[in-house]
Amino acid sequence: MQHIVIIGATSAMAEHCARLWVQAAPVRLTLVGRDEARTRRVADDLRVRSPQSDVHVMTSDFVDAAAIQRTVSHIVNQAAVDVVLIAHGVLSGQGTCQDDLLACDAALQVNGVSPVLFAEAFAKPMVATNHGTIAIIGSVAGDRGRKTNYVYGAAKGLVSRYAQGMQHRLAQTNVKVVLIKPGPTDTPMTSDLKAKGQKMASVEVVAQDIVKGIASGKPVVYTPGIWQVIMLVVMHLPRFVFNKLNI
Amino acid sequence: MKPVSAWGRLSNDLHDVHVLTDRAHVAPVLAAHRPGLAFGNGRSYGDVCLNPHGHLWHTTGLNKFMAFDDATGRLVCEAGVLLRDIQRLFVPRGWMLPVTPGTQLITVGGAIANDVHGKNHHAVGSFGDHVLGVSLARTTGEVLSLDWTQTPALMSATLGGLGLTGVIVTAELQLRRVGSPWLRTETLPYQGLTEFFELADASEHDWEHTVSWIDCLAGQTARGIFMRANPMSAPQAAAMPSLKAVLAAHQQKTQSQPLRMPFVPPLSLVNGLSLKPFNMAYYELQKLKSGFDVAHYEPFSYPLDNLQDWNRMYGPRGFYQYQSVVPREGGQLAVQAMLDAIAASGEGSFLAVLKTFGNREAKGMLSFPEPGVTLALDFPNRGQRTLQLMDRLDAIVREAKGRLYMAKDARMPRDLFEAGYPRLSEFAAHRDAGISSAMSRRLMGV
Ligand SMILES: Cc1cc2nc3c(=O)[nH]c(=O)nc-3n(C[C@H](O)[C@H](O)[C@H](O)COP(=O)(O)OP(=O)(O)OC[C@H]3O[C@@H](n4cnc5c(N)ncnc54)[C@H](O)[C@@H]3O)c2cc1C
Repeated sequence: MQHIVIIGATSAMAEHCARLWVQAAPVRLTLVGRDEARTRRVADDLRVRSPQSDVHVMTSDFVDAAAIQRTVSHIVNQAAVDVVLIAHGVLSGQGTCQDDLLACDAALQVNGVSPVLFAEAFAKPMVATNHGTIAIIGSVAGDRGRKTNYVYGAAKGLVSRYAQGMQHRLAQTNVKVVLIKPGPTDTPMTSDLKAKGQKMASVEVVAQDIVKGIASGKPVVYTPGIWQVIMLVVMHLPRFVFNKLNI
Repeated sequence: MKPVSAWGRLSNDLHDVHVLTDRAHVAPVLAAHRPGLAFGNGRSYGDVCLNPHGHLWHTTGLNKFMAFDDATGRLVCEAGVLLRDIQRLFVPRGWMLPVTPGTQLITVGGAIANDVHGKNHHAVGSFGDHVLGVSLARTTGEVLSLDWTQTPALMSATLGGLGLTGVIVTAELQLRRVGSPWLRTETLPYQGLTEFFELADASEHDWEHTVSWIDCLAGQTARGIFMRANPMSAPQAAAMPSLKAVLAAHQQKTQSQPLRMPFVPPLSLVNGLSLKPFNMAYYELQKLKSGFDVAHYEPFSYPLDNLQDWNRMYGPRGFYQYQSVVPREGGQLAVQAMLDAIAASGEGSFLAVLKTFGNREAKGMLSFPEPGVTLALDFPNRGQRTLQLMDRLDAIVREAKGRLYMAKDARMPRDLFEAGYPRLSEFAAHRDAGISSAMSRRLMGV
């Protein structure tokens, strides 16, 4: 059985990826969350979907480097890891981050530093076995800073640059690094945006793209695919045009 | 605030939508945002799932399974799980929902709140006959565990209770064993209602699923297509090796993107010009298929589920569905009178569905199914003309001592509702004071 580890297992995208994985074949799953009861609810659901799968639940602090190291060491000591999906994040409002330095700090920690620390902690044992895939969920918001969400975008930008460097470092090994960049997706995290009428991809479709991208080991996965084109345009807009846009 | 429509698309009013995602947090959300109403997958046609300019608690995020017992077929799940997801997971394991309506894109909570029925009502009753218990969050912040022995009254008010007794958070359902996803079907054309009732009576014993389509534009001749089906056991299906290839093709199809009505046409595509030829063509096409056949349960039971957003074809003004049940005694006359009234009005219906209910009372205080015959009709919204026709149909239903189905209704008058649902005052005592819908205000005053 494949051993798949999900960090931030209660996130809607991660949960739907897990559903696809257990549906395809029985797996060993380690679900890591902040809230034990919520993570257990996800685990129970997956056990009903796939009685043959072996589902484990763990909790961890997500911003304390020592705790992250302990969590990852514990997981890799239990069983060698085939896939790790790092999926946690919070959509902190730009306004809040501008008004409140503590909120800004927390947003940068959770969305940027924390995924990087998890990835780094997994890299070492995976390089040692020369096997496995590290997938990190970034965001299209990390491609170019915009006034409406650049704190979140900057954190995701950190993740992008980090993944890029890690891909370079591991290019000669069998360990793959997959950076996933979803566009706005219909999840509880974005329900405010949805209420404002923004069009969003369904989480089922995004999860399908993620699972496929991980299986093929693609370095960068935009989902839905159209975002690759959109971001290409956004990134190349000259500043005098870009600065006039209300985005 | 966000615009929300029900399936009939008759309105698009703003609602303050709260997405429920964690079953442990339902009660606090309700207490903080009341009065409000649960909204499942919006497959009700009228205003039973709407609360314009007020709070709406969206339940499709409550989509987790909780436990399944492979020995007994008991499933515990959250109320926002879609029936389709239950079916697709458990049919391959030999278990199925005993009752599903004509679409499986509805939630467990919506199925309970309307106590939905299927084509096999005469054999197994309605959805509620297979609900063992629920947990119900009230807007006071408490969560109650309901079942038929400890809390029979609140259980019976909640089943078919239109979401007015609280929000169903989880449910325990009894699945039934199935040997295969296949049905053995028979299609029979018929002429006139007498022949329909003969077929229905003759089929009741030996056929689990029965339903018919009727050309309601044909007036007195009332020709139709009667369909009946039985589940196939595993050995029967195994004896037909060709089914394997069909199943593989079906799975391929359902995994690809379903077809979608790409936009709302400026006018209803369902009009006098299109209806007559459509109904004729449909009749002739189905007639060609008469005889025995084998069908996968999905296309047989949910023919429209692969055409997403088909409700848009009625144009920007939306459409009404009108579903009544009248007792068998006098039922034939009443159905004939309704068909005559429709033919005379020239307001066609796309697909009229005619079916008999079995001889069993539903368990819910406001459940729709009762012994008799049920007719379901779609009418594009053409304003006053359409409403007048439905008023004439009301008179026939009232006279025949029948009732209308709330899941489909958007306009019935209060007196017809009160006459059709004699347990209404008993029900009122179980309502949650923090819940109200457009329908409850229209038909119950609060
Ligand atoms: C193509 C089609 C075919 C159909 N065929 C049939 C049929 O054959 N037989 C039949 O009986 N019906 C049929 N229906 C109607 C449909 O089954 C019902 O309207 C069903 O209740 C819709 O469920 P929903 O999840 O979409 O709920 P909604 O329509 O969103 O809500 C329905 C009601 O349930 C309440 N509700 C929803 N979730 C909860 C909850 N968790 N707790 C408490 N209350 C809740 C709402 O407040 C509302 O009163 C059909 C509908 C369509 C579109």
